[in-house]
Amino acid sequence: MLNNITMGQYYPVDSPVHRLDPRMKLVLAIAFIVAVFLAHSFVGYIVLLAFLIFACRLSHVPFKLLLKGLRPLRMIVLLTFLLNLFFTPGEDLWVSFWIVRIYREGVLQAVFYSLRLVFLVAGTSLLTLTTSPISLADGIENLLSPLKVIHFPAHELAMMMTIALRFIPTLLEETDKIMKAQMARGADFESGNLLVRARAMVPLLVPLFVSAFRRAGDLAMAMESRCYHGGEGRTRLRVLKTTRNDWIALLIVAALLGLIILEGIFLKGVLF
Amino acid sequence: MSIEVRHLTHCYAEGSAMRTVALDDVNLTIGDGEFIGIIGHTGSGKSTLVQHLNGLLKPSSGQILIDGEDLNGEHVNRRALRQRIGLVFQYPEYQLFEETVAKDIAFGPKNQGLSKEEIDSRVRYAMECVHLDYDKYSERSPFELSGGQMRRVAIAGVLAMKPSVLILDEPTAGLDPRGRDRILTMLEELHGRENVTVVMVSHSMDDMARLATRLIVMAEGKVVATGTPREMFAQEELMASAGLGVPDAARLCRALREKGFDLPADLYRPEELKEHLLRLWKAKTASVGKEGSPC
Repeated sequence: MLNNITMGQYYPVDSPVHRLDPRMKLVLAIAFIVAVFLAHSFVGYIVLLAFLIFACRLSHVPFKLLLKGLRPLRMIVLLTFLLNLFFTPGEDLWVSFWIVRIYREGVLQAVFYSLRLVFLVAGTSLLTLTTSPISLADGIENLLSPLKVIHFPAHELAMMMTIALRFIPTLLEETDKIMKAQMARGADFESGNLLVRARAMVPLLVPLFVSAFRRAGDLAMAMESRCYHGGEGRTRLRVLKTTRNDWIALLIVAALLGLIILEGIFLKGVLF
Repeated sequence: MSIEVRHLTHCYAEGSAMRTVALDDVNLTIGDGEFIGIIGHTGSGKSTLVQHLNGLLKPSSGQILIDGEDLNGEHVNRRALRQRIGLVFQYPEYQLFEETVAKDIAFGPKNQGLSKEEIDSRVRYAMECVHLDYDKYSERSPFELSGGQMRRVAIAGVLAMKPSVLILDEPTAGLDPRGRDRILTMLEELHGRENVTVVMVSHSMDDMARLATRLIVMAEGKVVATGTPREMFAQEELMASAGLGVPDAARLCRALREKGFDLPADLYRPEELKEHLLRLWKAKTASVGKEGSPC
């Protein structure tokens, strides 16, 4: 019933990219996003594409999976494409009928901006595909920890993220079980109009909430009985360490960023 | 009402890398009026099997026949069938949701579309079956009851549909000895007085020794043996190979036999063991008495 929902999109294999420090990967992902926004021509895009393919190869993640991550965004990409196509004014008129005017500039811009979206999603997907949610939360906590000076709850935030992620499969399983138990008592979740169906959810939602609160209470108790008292003075089992590979990765992405900046300076307006 | 399972196979996560075979070519028949105990180690497929028995899971292959009719056939009203085969899940108290005990028990009969009077009489009947006083508990919130009481309310919720077959998955798990005894007594009465066919999944060999008329032993998704408790519990090696023990009384009996006590090999109930031991003891004191030396 609910067993075909996979959590997150982490692709669990071993690769140089998977082994990178999550903090470094986060920084690199941000640098990549910056690079995407700085690219001003299709030449820049070719460089970005080359980098993406290289990183994807290195991470042993099938390229198909990376493209699958784009699926939920296809409507937005399409919308971006159409809006730019129809509403970009220019000089070189290509198509004209009724009230529709399509200019050469519009076509280029439509392709350009849609590709930008594709690059953004593909780049960040590579991050989530190669980093487990837990280490991602660890990395975020670590990167945000300087903000603790201004009382930003970095540790609490990361802990909440980790717990929420941890409990999604548990609650799904629970939902499945309660659903079956109520169906065994003749409940019907599938037929009827919207109101009937909404009401049919009550026997499912009440036990689910009750059990979620119960679990929360149990977990809090279990954490406290093991002396958890917030992030203060807490050490970690897995200490994040930057290795030589992390610095090499940083160099590569820095080079990419450099190339894109150079392209911005020398090729501005060439293909556009 | 008879249930026949034919070549039932069930795989979880079919077609993916995590595919696991939970049931592998299971064949069994459950006759009218039986009290079946399904026993097996964790992960042997017991829970998957009982969910098939009332059509909550679809078999990967094979059939379940209810009175000769295929449960997963095209024109079968599965909702109606589910009400004739009541299934009580593990930890059923987690399915309670209504404001009052009576309303929660009425959920099943209400879904059956019964009249108000009928629903009310069903609720009274079900509460009586599980030994909960109607006047005292019907208007209480189910969430303020003790664990054992909540479980009995949940079981009443299934009994209120008056199923002719009652399936229970680990009904005594996590209860204290008194709560456990209450549930078992209740099942004994249901089976004896109301003539309900009962299928019970359990880890506890002592529970099975007390109630079951026939045992089905499962291991790794297969039925490895079936027979009366007396036949099954006498074969300690077979049980051990399925990762199971035997009731305390059977273990004690075996240990005593090894010490040279003259006892039958197939005792498994505390009462019958007690009787045999008393008889031996009496015989011994009688013979000792003849020789004239006191104890």
